[in-house]
Amino acid sequence: MNTSDSEEDSYNERSALVQCESPTIPSYNQDHDVSLPQQTDTKRRRPVSSGLDEPGPVERERASTPDGEEEELTLKYGAKHVIMLFIPVTLCMVVVVATIKSVSFYTEKSSQRLIYTPFEEDPNSVGQRLLNSFLNTIVMISVIVFMTIILVVLYKYRCYKVIHGWLILSSLMLLFWFSFMYLGEVFKTYNVAMDYPTLVMIIWNFGVVGMICIHWKGPLRLQQAYLIVISALMALIFIKYLPEWSAWVILGAISIYDLIAVLCPKGPLRMLVETAQERNEPIFPALIYSSAMVWMVGMADSSNPGSADGRLRNEGGARAQEEEESEDDVAHGGRRRYSAEEDLEEDRGVKLGLGDFIFYSVLVGKAAATGGDWNTTLACFVAILIGLCLTLLLLAIFKKALPALPISITFGLVFYFSTDNLVRPFMDSLASHQYYI
Amino acid sequence: MTVAVFFGCTFIAFGPAVALFVFTIARDPLRVIFLIAGAFFWLVSLLLSSLVWFITVQISNKNSATQQTGLLIFGVVLSVLLQETFRYGYYRLLKKANEGLLALSQEDTMPISIRQLAYVSGLGFGFMSGAFSVVNILSDSLGPGTVGIHGDSQHYFISSAFMTLAIILLHMFWGVVFFESCERQRWWALGAVVLSHLVVSCVTFVNPHYQGSLIPTYIILSVMAAWAYLCAGGSLRNLKLCLTCKDKDFLLANHRPR
Repeated sequence: MNTSDSEEDSYNERSALVQCESPTIPSYNQDHDVSLPQQTDTKRRRPVSSGLDEPGPVERERASTPDGEEEELTLKYGAKHVIMLFIPVTLCMVVVVATIKSVSFYTEKSSQRLIYTPFEEDPNSVGQRLLNSFLNTIVMISVIVFMTIILVVLYKYRCYKVIHGWLILSSLMLLFWFSFMYLGEVFKTYNVAMDYPTLVMIIWNFGVVGMICIHWKGPLRLQQAYLIVISALMALIFIKYLPEWSAWVILGAISIYDLIAVLCPKGPLRMLVETAQERNEPIFPALIYSSAMVWMVGMADSSNPGSADGRLRNEGGARAQEEEESEDDVAHGGRRRYSAEEDLEEDRGVKLGLGDFIFYSVLVGKAAATGGDWNTTLACFVAILIGLCLTLLLLAIFKKALPALPISITFGLVFYFSTDNLVRPFMDSLASHQYYI
Repeated sequence: MTVAVFFGCTFIAFGPAVALFVFTIARDPLRVIFLIAGAFFWLVSLLLSSLVWFITVQISNKNSATQQTGLLIFGVVLSVLLQETFRYGYYRLLKKANEGLLALSQEDTMPISIRQLAYVSGLGFGFMSGAFSVVNILSDSLGPGTVGIHGDSQHYFISSAFMTLAIILLHMFWGVVFFESCERQRWWALGAVVLSHLVVSCVTFVNPHYQGSLIPTYIILSVMAAWAYLCAGGSLRNLKLCLTCKDKDFLLANHRPR
């Protein structure tokens, strides 16, 4: 989590700037408002600070142009950030869907269930099934809330070692145990003969490099790839172990919870972020996907997100970790904040919590798993992307932190159920007659 | 069947569209976003038409085959009309958004012109339409089976692929002509676009007599291609300049010597 010294200095100068201007951001509302004055400040300071490599003309333009060009740049940067999120979300979904369609393990129903969904779904009675899925959801959501509160308490009382240990333990489990399981199933599906020494070497290398990239330093692309892979693994576990109807109800409930937790003044996450900002420190190591373009310190620093922006996201991902630890994967709704401060080329990119990745992939994966109809999967995919786009648009309009789950999941659920029940029979009839619309 | 058919049909159906995407749209994030938004609008139109069709089927006599076919034809026509309505709706939305942005930015130029939007949204509609028509068929072609074993046509897959290709490109051309005619308030052109879409869809009712459906479709495709080219500002002169590498603007823009 520590950058090398020289880079740290120049970075610190800028981050110090950022934090000086807006060191403690007590509420989400002020985030973007406060970031604006600091932008002008950084603009002025930019020519002075050393080691920065921004193209001069753009910078001068920024300082001198009126809102006009800035708005155009805003739009272009905004669009760029949207795409920077589209690509990893798409990749994660592609990995999950490809696995679901080829490896049958993740769609086989086992009698095993997570302890977080204790009520069994009886396929015979609709009422009973519905009731049980609601009960499962209540159990799961209360577990998530409980764990978040523990996290906040631990953080408030500065038990950092406990938290770090917890996070490291969970990512260890993900990178070694779950990927071992995944690899095993892939080998079974394709009938690949593999000996244990080779397997141990592969898993060992994969896991160790992953731990280093995620918790310490590594090339940006590698870190992003690892984050996508672990989100996909987690989503696959969810798809396998959550009972049918419970999964849908949980998706809905999680997005409602996300909405409440981010927008209500007394939400645990909000308290966490505020505490972190009061103390002026980064929250947790990267369980936030960062698409940062040009870090001043180069790609190797994965902990840079630990600035004002990183906080929100980090902690979202952190929650994912606490839960995985217990071998279940109670992922949660990630918090996410759009940080498109156009600090020009040094725009830190956008960050999205891993919980968001996981739940998007769960939705699309479940759409792919049930029924085998590709139209439904495609429809959910497009719906989620549009939801993400709208969320970012709302963010740019309101300049307030917004949760990433509700809009996308709502669109996804609506499109899943309507495509599955309405569009599918229509398109099937059309295809059988070969009529084209 | 099997992998050869799968890859062949996939590339036939999606090749040109993906090439267009990769070379003209993928680099510009704004265009990608509008492409996906266009796809979303098409999806919503499909949803609505499926809803109506579903309701009519539920209240109809499920045993009568002719009635079901009739309802399906009604569904097709309704779907085409709804798609064009949503295309118009998307046009209005884009105009509003562009005006809003223009007002905000106090600049003379918009980041993306309405013509580019026409192209991109048409392609978005096309992608989604093509995908929904053909993806299930493609995934079935991967598995084992004999095509037409019950006396149906043996050219099911390849004709579907060619039809899909035509539809995707047609959507793109329709988008360009549609937006242009809305801009110029040429309502007859608008009507022509809707009419050609209806003709293309209705001509597929004669399937599996593919000569009756594919040939008219491709004729309409070439006509629409020429029309869209003219709408986008092309002309014979431009074409000649482009083909003989004498177009100065293009060469300048690409830093190539003459």
